[in-house]
Amino acid sequence: MSENKIHTENMFLYYSEKMALNNISITIPEKKVTAFIGPSGCGKSTFLRSLNRMNDLIDGVKIEGKVMIDGVNIYDKNIDVVNLRKKVGMVFQKSNPFAKSIYENIAYGPKINGVNDKSHLDEIVETALKNAAIWEEVKDRLGDSALGLSGGQQQRLCIARTLAVNPEIVLMDEPASALDPLSTAKIEELIVQLKEKYTIVIVTHNMQQAARISDNTAFFYLGELIEHDKTKKIFTNPDKKQTEDYITGRFG
Amino acid sequence: MTKKEKKGKKKKLSGLEKWQSERIDITQKKFRIGDYLAEKVIKGVAYLSIAIVFLIFVFVFRESFPIFNTTKPTTESKAIVKQDSQETYGAVTDNASTTQTQETYGAVSDSTEKTNVQETYGAVTDQSATIEQNALVGDSAKAINSSSDTYTVSAGSGSDDNRSALKSMATKEWVPVSANPRYGLLALILGTIKITFISLLFAAPLSILAALYVSVFANKRMKEIIKPTIELLAGFPSVVIGFFALMVLATFLQSVFHYETRLNSFVGGIAMGIAAIPIIFTITEDALTAVPKSFYEASLALGASKWQTAFFVILPAATPGIFAAILLGIGRVFGETMIALMATGNAAQMDLNPFASVRTLAATIGAEMAEVVFGDTHYNVLFLIGSLLFIFTFVINAVAEFYVKGKLMKRIQGK
Amino acid sequence: MINNFRKNFKGAAIEGVTLFSALLIIAIVFVMFIVIFIGGKSQLSWEFLTSFPTEGMTKGGIFPAIYGTALLVIIMSIAAVPFGTITAIYLTEYAKENSIIAKTIRFAVRTLAVIPSIIYGLFGLGFFIKFVGTHVDNALYGGTLHWGQPNLLWASLTMALLTLPVVIVSVEEALKTVPQELRAASLALGATKWQTIYKVVLPGSVSGIMTGTILAVSRGAGEVAPILFTGAAYYLATLPGLGDQFMVLGYHIYVLTTQSANVDQTLPIQFGTTCVLLMLTFVLNMSAVILRYRIRKKKNN
Repeated sequence: MSENKIHTENMFLYYSEKMALNNISITIPEKKVTAFIGPSGCGKSTFLRSLNRMNDLIDGVKIEGKVMIDGVNIYDKNIDVVNLRKKVGMVFQKSNPFAKSIYENIAYGPKINGVNDKSHLDEIVETALKNAAIWEEVKDRLGDSALGLSGGQQQRLCIARTLAVNPEIVLMDEPASALDPLSTAKIEELIVQLKEKYTIVIVTHNMQQAARISDNTAFFYLGELIEHDKTKKIFTNPDKKQTEDYITGRFG
Repeated sequence: MTKKEKKGKKKKLSGLEKWQSERIDITQKKFRIGDYLAEKVIKGVAYLSIAIVFLIFVFVFRESFPIFNTTKPTTESKAIVKQDSQETYGAVTDNASTTQTQETYGAVSDSTEKTNVQETYGAVTDQSATIEQNALVGDSAKAINSSSDTYTVSAGSGSDDNRSALKSMATKEWVPVSANPRYGLLALILGTIKITFISLLFAAPLSILAALYVSVFANKRMKEIIKPTIELLAGFPSVVIGFFALMVLATFLQSVFHYETRLNSFVGGIAMGIAAIPIIFTITEDALTAVPKSFYEASLALGASKWQTAFFVILPAATPGIFAAILLGIGRVFGETMIALMATGNAAQMDLNPFASVRTLAATIGAEMAEVVFGDTHYNVLFLIGSLLFIFTFVINAVAEFYVKGKLMKRIQGK
Repeated sequence: MINNFRKNFKGAAIEGVTLFSALLIIAIVFVMFIVIFIGGKSQLSWEFLTSFPTEGMTKGGIFPAIYGTALLVIIMSIAAVPFGTITAIYLTEYAKENSIIAKTIRFAVRTLAVIPSIIYGLFGLGFFIKFVGTHVDNALYGGTLHWGQPNLLWASLTMALLTLPVVIVSVEEALKTVPQELRAASLALGATKWQTIYKVVLPGSVSGIMTGTILAVSRGAGEVAPILFTGAAYYLATLPGLGDQFMVLGYHIYVLTTQSANVDQTLPIQFGTTCVLLMLTFVLNMSAVILRYRIRKKKNN
């Protein structure tokens, strides 16, 4: 197990001229769940999205410093962004299944990666759905439209879709924020299971959630990384006053 | 999951293992030919629309260009001119004497005297042509009589004629087909302006008021009736509007206003106004809706009534947009061809009377281009008119786009 | 009190004037529609639609004109729809919203939309026929006249340019209704940009492309000025091919009303033809309106 799957050093991010991330240096270990917490607008989502270069889609974003994954700076000139995103998958805040069948949603990733053999695809779809703990619910209606699923099911489908591409890292941007408590519980359970195989980074502004599922927690505030430590420590005995204020609900 | 199951699964998956266990290499940018080509092709095609505008200008202007060749004729230059015209205008292969060659393009043509000397384009010029109530070719009779003259002139279409043609443009007389052709554009320009003015006088207030009704006063249901209906009007082909004007509107208006000539600039103007209504309405409506709701609410909160708000707050805020709407309406009417051909009477005369027949620039092109000799001065002049129309609409659009938009933004955002 | 009454009265009067304007426009639309429909109704028969004109165009049907119109819009669509769709894709997917090039292209598209149709006719004549056609003839046929003259192909291509902005605007609107999250999802799965466009964005905007096509067809079927001298013909005894001139509904109306020997005699045919053309464009426009309404509804959900 590598202790620094993801590692950033003096990273700055600007939207046009405005600084959104200020000197972030963090090391994220492999096969653990790391949670980013902080008030909205603190830069945690922005930081998450820069780990698989989804920020490239936004005009005027400029990044300085190092963002290393497996020892490779992903903002190097020669980096293949498409492959990077295969390696670093992402689950979004709002579930966003394609307007295709459940099966086609899962098979989408493998297909664009050149897996065309039907039996292989069947296998991948089944495994991914099982890994995302949704197989039992949908196995009889794989041909139905994914848009017919409930919100929680859609989100797990999106997780399954991400897993089907075989990522090493899964980034989750508030994956349960739009869901009811029952679905949230299912997703949380799933996340804990997934860390066996994947490195998981999750953004949440639900502190209990971070406390429940993460091994490490990083607290962001106004574009800065205030504190990063074992979850237990952050929630019981943080080093910084700001962290404590936030945890105890004095702001944010 | 039992152990056995697990084992079986593993075995079954073995075909996949290669793909699944593959470490993804991100350090080398992969060259993806499909994406590369797609992007290049898409970019290229998109750029073409710029090229098309450019090409339209170049090719319309190019065909009018020979008219500007006014250098003193020497035998040499004349020869060159001749050669040019042969090359570019391909069809006629021999020397001037063979211009009598019959060029028939597809259409059925009885070999009457006329077709010998004219290039027929589509329209059958059979015997009926002589008795036709041909309002379009203003001087059709003259054309037939002097056709051989025309040819001589056109064959030698040299700089002398060009000079006189250019000179004659600033006059009133539009007599392109005669022994002494005159290309006075003034009557045509006046006619176009007159008809544009009439149609705007009709269409602009109507459309703007209707837009005001839809965006301020109308309830949702009225909106859902009015907007699609007017959008539907935008889908009326202008030839249908022209037909309606020619057959119904002209008779109706004549019985109301008791004027003399049945087809005149008034009828044409109204008909073109009908064609311009959807444009003016839609853009005005957009501009009115773009006025922020806060303006409206603030005004009402200050005790102003709905109509006061509409007239003193919303309408002024949207003025640049309405200006743009009117400009584009002008552009539409200025270049409208079919309605002008069918409903205006097509007589090129200098007359400010709204009930007199007129002929517009666009209609002149539409009516005469099919009958003209390729490469002839007349032909060049028609293309020159086209260039003028093009430049005019281009400028109108540019003004509407840049000047007005900038102003509108400034007003609404208060920058 | 009196003041108030006055104010209310003025308000009502002003609202009334605006309402009257709106109603007048609607009345104009309905009157045109009804007059043409009533005038042409008696002509509408299967025979009228499927037979050739007879007796010097004073009797018979308009089949060749319908056939020519159909061919014209089909060839036009084949050229304009892919072209327009690709341009729309560039504008929404590739170009940066505020880049100079995107702005220039948008300006060009709007310019194309306002250039008078007669100018397209001139361009078709000057470019397709005199330039392209003549060069093709010189290169392939040793200078004999094949393509350097008005025909269906050149007329269709001219019409394609005219309808290009219609397609671009409709498709662009539809592409914008595809949620940004779906693009992000696809990219996050390691799809390339083109894969994302081809597999996610385009399937999501099929109805928009359809709308654009229908609107373009409707426009192309009704326009006459661009084909006046790029291919339309008064009468043809045979059905046209690509290299022939052709009959077309709009031009048919125009020549019958203004250039035939006996206008009164052909009056029923004129009304019939106009009615057919109006019905055709009406049905096309209605379906486009309905499709577009659905797209907008989807967007708002």
